Amino acid sequence: MNASTAPVSGELPREQVERFDHELALVLKRYPPDRKAAAMLPALHLGQEIFGFCSPEVQRLCADRLGTSPARAEEVATFYVMYHTAPIGRHLVEVCTNVSCCLTGGERIFERLKAKLAVKNGGTTADGKITLREVECLGACGTAPAMLVDDEMHERLDERRVEEILGRLA
Amino acid sequence: MSETLILTKRWGKPNSASIASYRDDGGYRTLQKALSMEPAAIVDEVKKSNLRGRGGAGFATGLKWTFLPKDVRPRYLTVNADESEPGTFKDRYIIEHDPHQLIEGIAITAWALDIHLAYVYIRGEFAKQARILEKAIEEARAAGILGPALLGKAGFDLDVHVHRGAGAYICGEESALLESLEGKKGYPRLKPPFPAVVGLWGKPTIINNVETIANVPWIVENGGAAFAALGTGKSGGTRLFCVSGHVNRPGVYEKPVHYNLKTLIMEDCGGIVGGRKVKAVIPGGSSAPVLSADEIDVSMEFDALKAAGTMAGSGGVIVFDDSTCLVRALARICKFYAEESCGQCTPCREGTSWMEGICERLEHGHATAADVEKLDQLAGNIGGQTICALGDAAAMPVQSFVKKFKAEFLRHAELRGCPFGEHAWGLDQSSREAVVGPVRY
Repeated sequence: MNASTAPVSGELPREQVERFDHELALVLKRYPPDRKAAAMLPALHLGQEIFGFCSPEVQRLCADRLGTSPARAEEVATFYVMYHTAPIGRHLVEVCTNVSCCLTGGERIFERLKAKLAVKNGGTTADGKITLREVECLGACGTAPAMLVDDEMHERLDERRVEEILGRLA
Repeated sequence: MSETLILTKRWGKPNSASIASYRDDGGYRTLQKALSMEPAAIVDEVKKSNLRGRGGAGFATGLKWTFLPKDVRPRYLTVNADESEPGTFKDRYIIEHDPHQLIEGIAITAWALDIHLAYVYIRGEFAKQARILEKAIEEARAAGILGPALLGKAGFDLDVHVHRGAGAYICGEESALLESLEGKKGYPRLKPPFPAVVGLWGKPTIINNVETIANVPWIVENGGAAFAALGTGKSGGTRLFCVSGHVNRPGVYEKPVHYNLKTLIMEDCGGIVGGRKVKAVIPGGSSAPVLSADEIDVSMEFDALKAAGTMAGSGGVIVFDDSTCLVRALARICKFYAEESCGQCTPCREGTSWMEGICERLEHGHATAADVEKLDQLAGNIGGQTICALGDAAAMPVQSFVKKFKAEFLRHAELRGCPFGEHAWGLDQSSREAVVGPVRY
């Protein structure tokens, strides 16, 4: 399917698409005008932020605006772990279990959270509040164990701190 | 004797990330000085400094810069802030505590190499650090330090932008990074041609690690010879060593590039938690071959660690105490490479998860001594057989763990399970503090 003829944003709310276009215009200033496709990663980040996840419609929107093929958007959206191609919970909790976190208790934190939230790795709680998953090294090995909650890094964790952090989530 | 600190000296000061604070401490004066120098003279100083890449490969920075073809324009600079090698956590602190040092390094490098567009490729998970860096770039632009005719230098324009990744270890590999920066999945490119010749959008591109570039202002200010004198042999300067695992004071330590590994662990980091003994140490990020306890009295300089059969890599030191099951540790390391293999080359795509599987079976009592041999053999069939170094990075820990701790691997096969038991790993944090330069966590 050619980019120019692909159905775009038919199912996406118009107001959100306008916001996407407005913010994408700012992002595009960072790249040479003839290299718009370079903005695929920031475009998908933006699409995910505005629309909740990188649905096929969001992927097509990104491809259209960057003058590239939907296949390129799909390739990127499915290669990188930070893009979600299906809906997730209101909060994303990502626990590092790589070596340094593991040595200091990261795996134990992850196992207890799975039990407490009654989800598997990558699962979402029944109330749709939290998606939990195991992630690779977050670059916080000296202050391990670490986890990300919605982009915010929490370090030097123990079970009590994890309880507190999760307790604050609405 | 007071130690020379280049990278961490401003960390922990109030508002150290602001341009006002940086300028109060003399920041951006070196850029002014650099702009009055011939670009070639700056490259010469960097060559003389013996600065070697701090991202992992330890390649001579000045030499890399000379690989740019003379007559092809535009050229680009890309700063690698993808920091994802397990055990490595230094570049994030440079950005958090002193982003203008990095920006000044970028501007000087750009002047030296006739570059007018630079990107900092930062891993997606570092959202906070990306915001800090973007703010610092804005401040610098507003102050006339970036942008057109920077610092009043007619004809020298420089734009610097942040490009966020989205979660992929492979994008720290320089050619995968370029693919990602071009808006694609991170598949490494065949080399040669190297990025200095054919890089971003097919144009000559220099890719240097954050820490590497952050050293450039000091080198230009104090001279390459002074930087070289801080180190030894073919490696100059100080280095940020990241220590994690079973030590009392984990953290980031700025030390001469040839600092002793045992001293770092036993003295600077206060030894092992609970007074236990060292069992094994990974000296340069999880890809580096492991050292046994009797091998750690060694200089961490690139060539010295190479002579010791391992590598200085990214400066990520991971310490295991004598209660650690190394089969279990290796299983986790293998899982990482299996997870992060991009899937482009068969030996790596298939081999990494196979190695993880054997380690897991050993740990849980479903493997034999023949599997231990197979594990080693598999690693030998991955290393050197792939487009990028991820294959080698996955093979090296396996080969070194099996070679140096073979008895422990065979014991798992013999006992049909783990002699250490399957208890949960963990440490009491209340007795430890993390030390990041002068900052305590």
